[in-house]
Amino acid sequence: MLDVLVIGSGGAGMVAALSAKEAGANVAVVGKSYPTRSQTCMAQGGINAAMGEDDSIEAHIADTLKSSQGLGDADAIDKLCREGVEAVAWLDHLGVPFSRSAESTIAQRRLGGAAADRACYAQDYTGLKILHTLYDNCLKAEIDFYNEYFLLELLTQERENEKEVCGAVFKVLKTGEVVSLYAKTVIMATGGYSRVYDHYSTNATGSSGDGLAVALRAGVLLSDMEFVQFHPTGLKNASILISESARGAGGHLLNAHGERFTDELQPRDALSRAINEEIKKSGAVFLDIRHLGENFIDHELPQERKLAKLYENIDPVTDIIPIKPVAHYTMGGIAVDENAESTLNALFAVGECANHNVHGANRLGGNSLLELVVFGKEVGRNAAIAAKVSKAIEVCGDGEVEVIEYLEMIKSYTNEVDFYKKRSELGELFYHFAGIERNEKGLSSALEQVHGMLHELPKMGVLDSSLVYNTNLIEFLEFSNMLHLAEVMLVAMLERRESRGAHAREDYPERDESLYSAHSGVLLHNKRVEIGFSKVTRKEEV
Amino acid sequence: MTINIMRNGEKSVYEVAEQDATLLQVLTEIKTTQDTSLSFASGCRSSVCGSCAVRVNGKEVLACAYKPQSGDVVEPLRNVPLLRDLVVDMEKALSFNKVAKSWAITPETLPLVTPDAAEINEVQSDCILCGACYSACPVYAVNPEFIGPFALTRNWRYVSDVREDDVAGKIAAVQSNGVWDCTLCGECVPVCPQGIAPKSDIDMLRNKSNVLGYMDPKYASFGGGLDFGAPSF
Repeated sequence: MLDVLVIGSGGAGMVAALSAKEAGANVAVVGKSYPTRSQTCMAQGGINAAMGEDDSIEAHIADTLKSSQGLGDADAIDKLCREGVEAVAWLDHLGVPFSRSAESTIAQRRLGGAAADRACYAQDYTGLKILHTLYDNCLKAEIDFYNEYFLLELLTQERENEKEVCGAVFKVLKTGEVVSLYAKTVIMATGGYSRVYDHYSTNATGSSGDGLAVALRAGVLLSDMEFVQFHPTGLKNASILISESARGAGGHLLNAHGERFTDELQPRDALSRAINEEIKKSGAVFLDIRHLGENFIDHELPQERKLAKLYENIDPVTDIIPIKPVAHYTMGGIAVDENAESTLNALFAVGECANHNVHGANRLGGNSLLELVVFGKEVGRNAAIAAKVSKAIEVCGDGEVEVIEYLEMIKSYTNEVDFYKKRSELGELFYHFAGIERNEKGLSSALEQVHGMLHELPKMGVLDSSLVYNTNLIEFLEFSNMLHLAEVMLVAMLERRESRGAHAREDYPERDESLYSAHSGVLLHNKRVEIGFSKVTRKEEV
Repeated sequence: MTINIMRNGEKSVYEVAEQDATLLQVLTEIKTTQDTSLSFASGCRSSVCGSCAVRVNGKEVLACAYKPQSGDVVEPLRNVPLLRDLVVDMEKALSFNKVAKSWAITPETLPLVTPDAAEINEVQSDCILCGACYSACPVYAVNPEFIGPFALTRNWRYVSDVREDDVAGKIAAVQSNGVWDCTLCGECVPVCPQGIAPKSDIDMLRNKSNVLGYMDPKYASFGGGLDFGAPSF
């Protein structure tokens, strides 16, 4: 039996595993892909740490609190920002190849909503280089990986009248087998749910929120699920991310008439709305980085040039880049306490799948890589300590039987309805009715359609019957997970009758402190969604 | 447009309407509208996750960065166990990163890293472990235990890092089935989607090995090695 089972092998999962191992735990990392293929590799802009002479930890805290729009937890944000410098120093020691300034310090740049050049970067490959360096360090630490294991359900048991997690059930892609792994503690690090927006998202196809959906089905509380960050600059056709660093370096946004129309370095929520408005008004918005020059673009933004050429057939050195805002990061997640533990005993969560209340209603660029390091270390330590005192027994739960029955039942689904079409429909529905701007009518009709799709699941199904590497089945399970999350997202979006950060209601355009200075929480109870709000515990108005 | 896909040794032919799309978009279109059983790996669509490397007309490419032509033949990577269709098992290939000890060992107080020093391994650390170089490498035909191009590049990425404290240990790790087993044929270079040249990195590792007293075993076996020290007439 493992001390610590980490589910999800991206940046957050690997930091957690390294930390748990260092604390003396017997740990394994399970992921649905290979570690270096996870979403973390797509982070480009940087990781925040107030190291510059004209910057301070207080300024970082103030910027983060301000951007969170009253939904950030002051203690959590304090910890995040205070440990930033140490987190970057740790990565430096692990061997992350950061870009360097002329003074040989780690190079930093300014991202939106920041008062200073705060994001430490490695060209526009910051996430990629952090992820790979973490992987190399996990090999050095001899951490076991179970790659291409798809999470099906959590295993739980009742002990001393309390329910606790004791492992999880997985589908092994390579063989088709269903296997259970037992552990005294489980850390969920499975990433966000932006792919609910299907191709209106910058994210990799795997960001289907599996960990959140599984946690929801296990009775775990999720919070702030209505908050989805739209990145202002996705490529117009392919929704591929063009990093904020392009604007941080002086890139301009132009409307269809070639005029600038807004402050390019506002936080992402406000800027996405401004771009959306402008697209409605003038028909198109472009990012212009021509004036930065070929040398700068090749040096600091090598990925952007390649991707713009590939997907839009334009060269940013000589052409303006057509863009639109697309779903990028999900602030909501598994609700956790100050120990990073969820409402289910022995289940911890970290990274984008968790809600540590540091981003609130709108995340700042550069704070998510920081979050996964600071809270990854914390959660690994805490899980290792909890495992030491745990009295859990070797084999637990009978969840595996139910899972196998469910997988058998899917085989009898009728395939009258094509779930791939429904997946695209879900994305359209969310982008247009649960996207940058929302209203009661649109959200209600979206919820009705999502209920329809949930009802129709048995009419969908899996045509491929192969045991080995059945991606048709995996994609169906991912779609089913996304549908469950879509339902709770819409319920939360409907219930928050105000506008705050990334949640903009056309019918309730003002922020309502009296009612909604609170986190939404959703639960499944007897298969029905329940929602409530809990007041923000400690906040500081900025 | 006609796309031929080699599936477990047999050719499947698909007709697709897609124009100016990436191969990954075409494969996705086939899977979601024509044949749900077609298996391939994919992730980020932006050439950073390394999931979708395949061979097209015999050359390794990332499906998300290649725009197909009618008649193209798409095959899985070589030198790795085939799981299904275009999906291969990367476990053994990735295990060579561990053999090569490709990780950092750094001192308590780090030395200053100048912009020039950072640039030395900037490109090498762009590696996405897609396996294209591994597939293109002919050495695997004769030596399945060869540490191989990406793991050696990764070793060099740390050896060349000014923060590294154990260059000797890393160089020692790549002597057997490593730097000397490479034929420097250069097949790995043009297939790298990130513009990395493993061959050059291996060459650098050979030089570093020489400096640390290692020799190419092919020459070392000549009666205790060739002595270029004192000329004898």
